[in-house]
Amino acid sequence: MSSPLRVDQVIDQYFLEHRAKVLDIAAFLDRHDRAAAAEGHPLSHESREIRMRALTRALELLRDGKPDRARRILELWSDPTTQPIAAAPMKGAIGAAPLA
Amino acid sequence: MYIDPHIHMVSRTTDDYQRMALAGCVAITEPAFWAGYDRGSAQGFVDYFRLLTDTEPKRAAQFGIRHHTWLCINPKESEDIGLAREVLAEIPKFLDRPSVLGIGEIGLNKNSRNELVVLEEHIALAHSRGLLILVHTPHLEDKLKGTRLIMDAIAAQGVDPSRVLIDHVEEHTVRPVLDRGFWAGMTLYPDTKCTPQRAADIFEMHGTERLWINSAADWGVSDPLAVPKCRDEMRRRGHLDAIIKRVSFDNPKAFLSQSGRFSVK
Ligand SMILES: [Zn+2]
Repeated sequence: MSSPLRVDQVIDQYFLEHRAKVLDIAAFLDRHDRAAAAEGHPLSHESREIRMRALTRALELLRDGKPDRARRILELWSDPTTQPIAAAPMKGAIGAAPLA
Repeated sequence: MYIDPHIHMVSRTTDDYQRMALAGCVAITEPAFWAGYDRGSAQGFVDYFRLLTDTEPKRAAQFGIRHHTWLCINPKESEDIGLAREVLAEIPKFLDRPSVLGIGEIGLNKNSRNELVVLEEHIALAHSRGLLILVHTPHLEDKLKGTRLIMDAIAAQGVDPSRVLIDHVEEHTVRPVLDRGFWAGMTLYPDTKCTPQRAADIFEMHGTERLWINSAADWGVSDPLAVPKCRDEMRRRGHLDAIIKRVSFDNPKAFLSQSGRFSVK
């Protein structure tokens, strides 16, 4: 089952929504970097924080021109280990596993 | 007309039932889950099971919605194996109630050893009684690993995968789940799971066989009208009415009817 939409319809129907999402990411990185600069922390592209590294790497993946970006980003952010952990340290999840 | 096969009405208002009925909801199933706090005793779960099997069906019926349920102790409260076993001992007392479809939503949360032990004991209970299973997969970075561990645990006990639905699949887990013969659910949940747009994309990429959508609306930021919103997204893309009905009515009906307990007008 393929998409019934033609490429021009995909763009017409979704461009504005995703234009806004790109601006949200830009404003988030600006917000991060303003706070980081004020506190003397690394800016987003040099951050060692697990989530910021995961986000930065995902943004690179968005531009590689290959298919299945959503799947590959989710895999990038996934815990790569295979064995159960000894005990649950908390209930929640933070959204990304540490990158290699 | 649609079915929302995973929603936590215990956390929703009666207004939500009314709005769901207006949007065409005719039946729901409510798995037992974590209510946002840890219960202090097995008795807390017994009261919850009474609510699921007694109170909610009546509240739903006021709006022409058939309410069904699944029982378990959820993975977020499974780290304490002693408590989990006390709750497991209570579950059989409720399994003959007419709206109970099976065991769920069981699974893993942080992929810990204790969670896995409690999961295995639930699978054994379901398997020994021939009950359907509804599986919760972990969130975010824990999902891929947890989904694999869960599928292995189910396969290890020889459960027929066509009687198990693995929920909260996303782009990285949908294919392995379907390829192993399980049913799969996509949860339309803001921020942490699928949007209606991504769910429609997944149908386009992976087909509609053994795949359904649900809201999993609960006490968090969530949307009890997520299923009709996804139907609307598919309609806007030009998908046929028969396909939209298949994913939001026929597929859940087919899976749930294996219980012999599911009814829809
Ligand atoms: Zn749930």
